[in-house]
Amino acid sequence: MHPAFSVIFLTTLIGVGQGLFLALYTGQLYALANLLPAQSSDFYAVGSMVSLILLFAGLIASFFHLGHPERAWRAATQWRTSWLSREVLALPAAMGLIFLYGTVHFFDLTKPLFVISGTLPVDFSLIIGGLGTLAVFGLFLCTAMIYASLRFIKAWYSPLTVANFLFLGIASGFMLASAFSAYQGNSLVSFYGTWAVIATLFGLLARVATLYRNGRFRCKVDLKSAVGVHHSQLEQKAQGFMGGSFNTREFFHGKSEGLLRLVRYLFLLMVFVVPVILILLAYALESETLPLLAFGIQYLGLILERYHFFTEAQHPQNLYYQSMA
Amino acid sequence: MTQLALVIDLNVCVGCHACVTSCKEWNTSGWAGPMTDQRPYDADPTGVFFNRVQTYEAGVFPNTETYHFPKSCLHCEDPPCVPVCPTGASYKREDNGVVLVDYDKCIGCKYCSWACPYGVREFDEQQKVMKKCTLCIDRITDMSLPESERKPACVLACPTRARIYGDIHDPDSEVSVAIREQGGYALQPEWGTEPSNHYLPRRKTRIQIHEDELVRVDNPLKKEALPTLPAAGETLDDVAW
Ligand code: SF4
Ligand code: SF4
Repeated sequence: MHPAFSVIFLTTLIGVGQGLFLALYTGQLYALANLLPAQSSDFYAVGSMVSLILLFAGLIASFFHLGHPERAWRAATQWRTSWLSREVLALPAAMGLIFLYGTVHFFDLTKPLFVISGTLPVDFSLIIGGLGTLAVFGLFLCTAMIYASLRFIKAWYSPLTVANFLFLGIASGFMLASAFSAYQGNSLVSFYGTWAVIATLFGLLARVATLYRNGRFRCKVDLKSAVGVHHSQLEQKAQGFMGGSFNTREFFHGKSEGLLRLVRYLFLLMVFVVPVILILLAYALESETLPLLAFGIQYLGLILERYHFFTEAQHPQNLYYQSMA
Repeated sequence: MTQLALVIDLNVCVGCHACVTSCKEWNTSGWAGPMTDQRPYDADPTGVFFNRVQTYEAGVFPNTETYHFPKSCLHCEDPPCVPVCPTGASYKREDNGVVLVDYDKCIGCKYCSWACPYGVREFDEQQKVMKKCTLCIDRITDMSLPESERKPACVLACPTRARIYGDIHDPDSEVSVAIREQGGYALQPEWGTEPSNHYLPRRKTRIQIHEDELVRVDNPLKKEALPTLPAAGETLDDVAW
């Protein structure tokens, strides 16, 4: 498939935003259980704002993918059947809840509403954060299922696609949370860093499994079944036009094998290897800038990773364009 | 339930592209139009077509067969392109099974084209909406036309009658009979999309006969022995048999 930058930015940016929100809420839960020092409300408010900005940037990027963005509201109507429509609902839902979460913290509306079994004080932020977490996981699922539900595109048609989007989103979000903590100079740097590394390693597992899978399978249909002529030597002589068409532009990436190999090695390095090393170094050196660097490199790597994700996908319609394939 | 469809006979298609041009001519100015072009008279021309004819060759030269292969939306009975559409712009008509796009609802996300394994939906770069074969819905449902003209433009244009049109759910329709009796098949049947359009394979009628069946060797009563030809000079007319 042709890798469209609008979708690459959409999926990577909202992934970071969602991961960052999950990081904030995880931090709050740990603080509630007295496993971590409680943070000022500013930390959560500013963090939510950053997360919101990222989700909003993703939303803007997605509009560049549409021919008629002014009609985008219509995309909310078919949630019964379309994962794309479900994403269109889940994204604003998650954004709204994250906004509320940030607002509640900003205005310090965190007085306990009630206390469960004498130990667990429940306030607005806890409830809204919980709902936000649900929305964020729902959004991860919708985004990934847009691809994972297309049964003709074998490279995507797998639970690994969901795992990939989930782990890489969480990894980059926690990476950013770690950088944010380092910037704020609080003590959560290593907590977030550790979880970022764990999520990155899970992401690595999913990604390597995907690469292995995609390097090996054969498509269920071939040219014989596409044309219905079951001869062992079937060759295409004409594709029906001499200039390009939507079919040759949308479904082919037109990149050389060499470039894709380079992209593959680069993203494996930049998403998985370098950030983990940098986070470990940041522990050792107690550095404040290394987590930020780790996040920056991982995000750039994620752009390459998504680029590769699209080029990996072979659409069965490509069978009808043998000279391009 | 009616399911309108085309049956395309690869045995007689000569690859003249008459269906391609008549489709573009009819539809660009009709209900489904325009079908815009970019750089039509320049280098690298491109544009929207609902129907394209490709050519394939089976075998190794000189023992080859050429197949001209017209390719358009197959109006699948279970169309995977419809449920994925987030806006409901893509739909399948209840009354006749034709799969259509409502241009006024389409947001141009192209998701439906990803979900169609046959690559027959084309995005209009100018109008920014998805387009596809409508089976000439404006012709076939136009009751003011005489019945003989209530057919898709490509079917009327085909000089070899390689395109048959009708209801494949009616067992006695011309299309159903052709599919049943002449080996009609569907494209990429593995996916279970159940394409309504079918193709008829290349068919050769060869008589299987041996030399000794042409010349009778066993003729016990010698009844049919040929008369010996008269001497030269006489014409056959002069012979009394
Ligand atoms: S051929 Fe493609 S566009 Fe046409 S109905 Fe089937 S899946 Fe949809
Ligand atoms: S391009 Fe149009 S018809 Fe196709 S899925 Fe998107 S909104 Fe629906």
